[in-house]
Amino acid sequence: MPAVQETVEQVRAIDVDQYKYGFSTEIEMELAPKGLSEDIVRYISARKNEPAWMLEWRLDAYRRWLTMREPEWARVDYPQIDFQDMYYYAAPKSNAAPQSLDEIDPAILETYKKLGIPLREQEILAGVAPEKRIAVDAVFDSVSVVTTFKEELRKSGVIFCSISEALQEHPELVRQYIGSVVPTTDNFYATLNAAVFSDGSFVYIPPDVRCPMELSTYFRINEQKTGQFERTLIIADKGSYVSYLEGCTAPMRDENQLHAAVVELIAHDDAEIKYSTVQNWFPGDAEGKGGIYNFVTKRGDCRGARSKISWTQVETGSAITWKYPSCILRGDDSQGEFYSIAVSNGAQQVDSGTKMIHLGKNTRSRIISKGISAGRSQNTYRGLVSAHRRATNAKNFTNCDSLLIGNACGAHTVPYIESKTASAVFEHEATTSKVSEDQMFYCMQRGLTQEEAIALIVNGFVKDVLQQLPMEFMVEAQKLIAISLEGSVG
Amino acid sequence: MSLLEIKNLTAKLAEEDKQILNGLNLTVEKGQVAAIMGPNGSGKSTLSYVLAGREDYEVTGGEALLDGENILELDPDERAAKGLFLAFQYPIEIPGVGQMTFLKAAINAQRRKNGLDEIATPEFIKLVNGRAKELGISQDMLRRSVNVGFSGGEKKRNEILQMALLQPKLAILDETDSGLDIDALKIVADGVNAMRSPDRGFVVITHYQRLLDYIKPDVVHVLSAGRIIKTGGPELALELEAKGYADIVGKAA
Ligand SMILES: Nc1ncnc2c1ncn2[C@@H]1O[C@H](COP(=O)(O)OP(=O)(O)OP(=O)(O)O)[C@@H](O)[C@H]1O
Ligand SMILES: [Mg+2]
Repeated sequence: MPAVQETVEQVRAIDVDQYKYGFSTEIEMELAPKGLSEDIVRYISARKNEPAWMLEWRLDAYRRWLTMREPEWARVDYPQIDFQDMYYYAAPKSNAAPQSLDEIDPAILETYKKLGIPLREQEILAGVAPEKRIAVDAVFDSVSVVTTFKEELRKSGVIFCSISEALQEHPELVRQYIGSVVPTTDNFYATLNAAVFSDGSFVYIPPDVRCPMELSTYFRINEQKTGQFERTLIIADKGSYVSYLEGCTAPMRDENQLHAAVVELIAHDDAEIKYSTVQNWFPGDAEGKGGIYNFVTKRGDCRGARSKISWTQVETGSAITWKYPSCILRGDDSQGEFYSIAVSNGAQQVDSGTKMIHLGKNTRSRIISKGISAGRSQNTYRGLVSAHRRATNAKNFTNCDSLLIGNACGAHTVPYIESKTASAVFEHEATTSKVSEDQMFYCMQRGLTQEEAIALIVNGFVKDVLQQLPMEFMVEAQKLIAISLEGSVG
Repeated sequence: MSLLEIKNLTAKLAEEDKQILNGLNLTVEKGQVAAIMGPNGSGKSTLSYVLAGREDYEVTGGEALLDGENILELDPDERAAKGLFLAFQYPIEIPGVGQMTFLKAAINAQRRKNGLDEIATPEFIKLVNGRAKELGISQDMLRRSVNVGFSGGEKKRNEILQMALLQPKLAILDETDSGLDIDALKIVADGVNAMRSPDRGFVVITHYQRLLDYIKPDVVHVLSAGRIIKTGGPELALELEAKGYADIVGKAA
């Protein structure tokens, strides 16, 4: 309960339309020339000193991308994006491969501090029990500025670093896995990402290792007119376990900025990956001006037998969200999970969901999606569950609940089901409800303000999913949801 | 000063031109239990909603003073914090919100508004467990979501639990007896009686003498067509039970 209280206090502390992370940092940046061309792709690759095969891979993707068209099937509406009118690479000037935090521009450290992400290990260590420690990879515009606890993790054989660094230090691992889950030809945005991705995180967990701490990446867009294209690759080798969290914020601007990320997860035999996202990109103002276009491809491959991949997402930000974290259940007895809370307010548009592709025998998947729409927003759940001929005894359970606040918003559920085996059992439940006047009045009669009442009712609605988040982030997510719904009633 | 003073109150549906309260006058003194009886559709629940500040109704005239202060301009939560409690005729379900969470949120919301510190968790748990036991509310019910899957009688008892925790100045009980079995009726009545005190008042809306056997009213009012048309002592309720409303309503009209 204190969380609800805190939420409300935080809601009170800010004005309507006041996005808490909306500040920008004044810092000298190195920008690639505006626009996109083969030269830009070469420029990015050269800046990162990449091996030749990587450049070829990028160029392939770029050429392919030129022949592709933007997807139009999602229930989102936005003006044509001018891909020549943005920067594809923006890096802090000072960041010539810093060896320690002391070499990082203090303005950047200050930025992360303001965002509540301490990067100094001493600060993190102070008063935090070892099992509660979180290692952070901080990505600022196009580059990773620092990764904490690298050495400590190395002791257990865990590799956690930026993908640029991984390309230098472990090129064979990157080469083996990159594009193996989301091929460069996958879709318009994933292909664009393959051509121009500038950084992101890389994780490798060796066989039978349980990663000793929570890993996380914190994405920050700062520079104007810049797209962020990060690429994350996580490999859990046989019998290993890792829990990973990503967070995202951006300054308030009245332009739209593009974020087109790719995340690939690979779980080998008996491995488990738990991937959580708290997405709070700037959503634009109440009129729908500005905000991030969040066009993201996330996919996990349960490559090994008995492997498990679990996606949990709390999506509150972005002007437009187009995102379907999916699982390919390739290994026999593998499991996929998708837990989602998608909140939309103001003029936000969300089209999000998942794909559970059952290929192996006895594979199981579970989808719990909670959509909350307020203001004039549109919130769509789009999900596919499919079973291959070989996928005998595949099981899926899907539950999609939508909650409407007010009369001007919309909630939509678009489930696709394809089964090629008679032994598959797919269950689907869906409900749509409204925060009723009765509920509001009942709560207020007991003394809760309108905002407290909404926060309480909504927290009740999303509880099952919130519980899937790592403890430390549950309260944070709860607050975020309430703040996102600020001004949604009355 | 009276605890509650309603003067010439008129109210209509906010969305329609339907007048429901037609110049209602009613006074409740501190320490008093006032029963309100009246035919179906006469406006009893509407009166309780209007006092509690429900937006579906628009006050078109008159005033309602709680401890001398007109409350009709206040938001529902402010009225609650000033000590007005309504036990609903039909309590509302809130899926996913645990009872304990809800109760604590309510207590703390009121405390904050009254400039008090939040209740400490151990104290809160002790308090709830104590009251729940008195009202025959099981631990299982306390673990569930607010009113979700509760039987009619359980919902009513749950309203009384909330009242006992919030300790209001003025409690309006809207047909709290309906749906209660004989034992539960006694338990609820005991709960109310235990809370009777010289500075607290109750408005008990009911159709049946049975409840008034357990909760002895000081006065009985008859509400018909949006007005109080008759006021008397406890014997008035017995008279109504015997003869029905036709007589009184006829005379008033
Ligand atoms: N929200 C509403 N919409 C439409 N009509 C309403 C509404 N609220 C009350 N009414 C009407 O106003 C009148 C008074 O209703 P109210 O519920 O106050 O009666 P009551 O005295 O509590 O009746 P009962 O003894 O059956 O509980 C009824 O005719 C009812 O239909
Ligand atoms: Mg009624």
